[in-house]
Amino acid sequence: MKKTEKWITNTIRIAGSSSIFFVMMIFIFLMREGIPALHDVSIGRLLSKRWYPIEDLYGILPLISGSLIVTITSMVIALPFGLGTAIYIGEIAPQGVKEILKPLVEVLAGIPSVVLGFIGILVLSPLMRTGLNLPTGLTALTGAILLALISIPTIVSIAEDALYAVPASYREAAYALGATQWQIIWQIVLPAARSGILNAVMLGVGRSLGETMAVMMVTGNAPTLFSGLEAFISPVRTMTATIASEMGEVASGSTHYRILFFIGIILFFFSLIINVASSSLSVRPKRGKDQVVS
Amino acid sequence: MSDIKISIRDLHVRYKDGKYPLRGITMDIIANKTNVVFGPAGGGKSTLIRVLNRLIDLSDVEDIKGEVLLDGVNILAPEIDVIELRRRVGVVFSRPIPLPLTIFENISFGLEVAGEKDKRKIARKVEHALRQAVLWDEIYDRLDYPASSLSGGQQQRLCLARVLALEPEVILLDEPTSALDPVSTAKIEDFLKIAEKDYTFLLAPHNQQQAARVADYAAFFLQGKLVEYAVGEELFFNPKKKETSDYIQGRFG
Repeated sequence: MKKTEKWITNTIRIAGSSSIFFVMMIFIFLMREGIPALHDVSIGRLLSKRWYPIEDLYGILPLISGSLIVTITSMVIALPFGLGTAIYIGEIAPQGVKEILKPLVEVLAGIPSVVLGFIGILVLSPLMRTGLNLPTGLTALTGAILLALISIPTIVSIAEDALYAVPASYREAAYALGATQWQIIWQIVLPAARSGILNAVMLGVGRSLGETMAVMMVTGNAPTLFSGLEAFISPVRTMTATIASEMGEVASGSTHYRILFFIGIILFFFSLIINVASSSLSVRPKRGKDQVVS
Repeated sequence: MSDIKISIRDLHVRYKDGKYPLRGITMDIIANKTNVVFGPAGGGKSTLIRVLNRLIDLSDVEDIKGEVLLDGVNILAPEIDVIELRRRVGVVFSRPIPLPLTIFENISFGLEVAGEKDKRKIARKVEHALRQAVLWDEIYDRLDYPASSLSGGQQQRLCLARVLALEPEVILLDEPTSALDPVSTAKIEDFLKIAEKDYTFLLAPHNQQQAARVADYAAFFLQGKLVEYAVGEELFFNPKKKETSDYIQGRFG
């Protein structure tokens, strides 16, 4: 091998392994800062219902429940709209409409979440308060709606790419067999695009779960445990918002500080589960796949 | 002359991008025969096939003029039920395009979208279609495998089988053997001869030898025009027009 070749190969190797190295370092740092929390506070106390660090009450259940309520509700809102829009843009809209809508969605995806949070406080929250006649408009539902708005462009964009990747010949062959457009979308195109669509859904969930700023601005930040239907229209606090709002004030190395990192570890595992779930779901059962039958 | 199944009258097709593939075609397609349209590439054969089951609707067409009468009814008329028409006039494309489903589902799909709900009836029709397409014996024990696991020749017979399952009256074959080996090609050609009594075939062969082998009636297309139309043997062995004989003798093409 020529000297320059060797040099280039080595540079690329270092660049590639360094990104793995950095990710590992972040992971180790997170663990080192967060795991000792389990020494300071017993698991029983961590899994209690009150988050009130000033009085040494570190129950993280309300925070987990806050994150789950907001994320799940936002997905219930975002998925039908997101997938519906993707199907419209990808399959139904005439070429001209498509060419306008697609970039528009990409632009929407680029709006900073703090800007949406601002709109949430100024427009959505008063609407919620007067519309549902609540004491405050800063609720889980407000956050969920806002998160839905944030994740819809991501879902649309990736799901539409997945639909686009389905060969046109499939559609033509199905038309030739006397199928209607809707039958083709439902029975041929969506199943064929399944892994890409699942990917879109999972990225939407990830976006929603990890979003901090917009959520912190509109959910009211009261760490209360889920306690029935009224939880949707009460203030909640998510894990991300807790870390973001409290990390600036804690003494480095204190119990509170370690527990915030511990929450980070929990978030990390939630994301990991989502990623693993999406990659294992998107692999089709491979029975007889690569085998030529003759 | 036998019965006329499809009667094409002065058919013109022009695409939005300026292509003008059919320029006044008038010909008949004879019932229960193998009708062949052949000629050099770009002659309009594929376009004709796409008109006959209105798949042309999916393309950017500037305008279509003329008449195509299927059993005396103009299928280009706006009030025609295109879905119904496509069940009566099936098509096999030049490349096998199995749908991303299992072998069984590839055939049951057409039946299900046509509204058939009886599972036993569907299973029976799937088997019958696979037997007609001479595929059943090779794959009967792996109907739940993905269709993409079949070889090219098997995929093409699967595509034929899924058309047959709909019990069409006319089957259009657009160079159906162009991607196949000689053995698979022979199987498809044999099928044409056996099944002629039940169907009307319109075949765009992928070469002239095939045209000569299977044609009951043959039409020679050149640049969007019908040059000559006759009983198969007559056209191949005793062509009347100079272009036809030049093409058949290999002077151009």
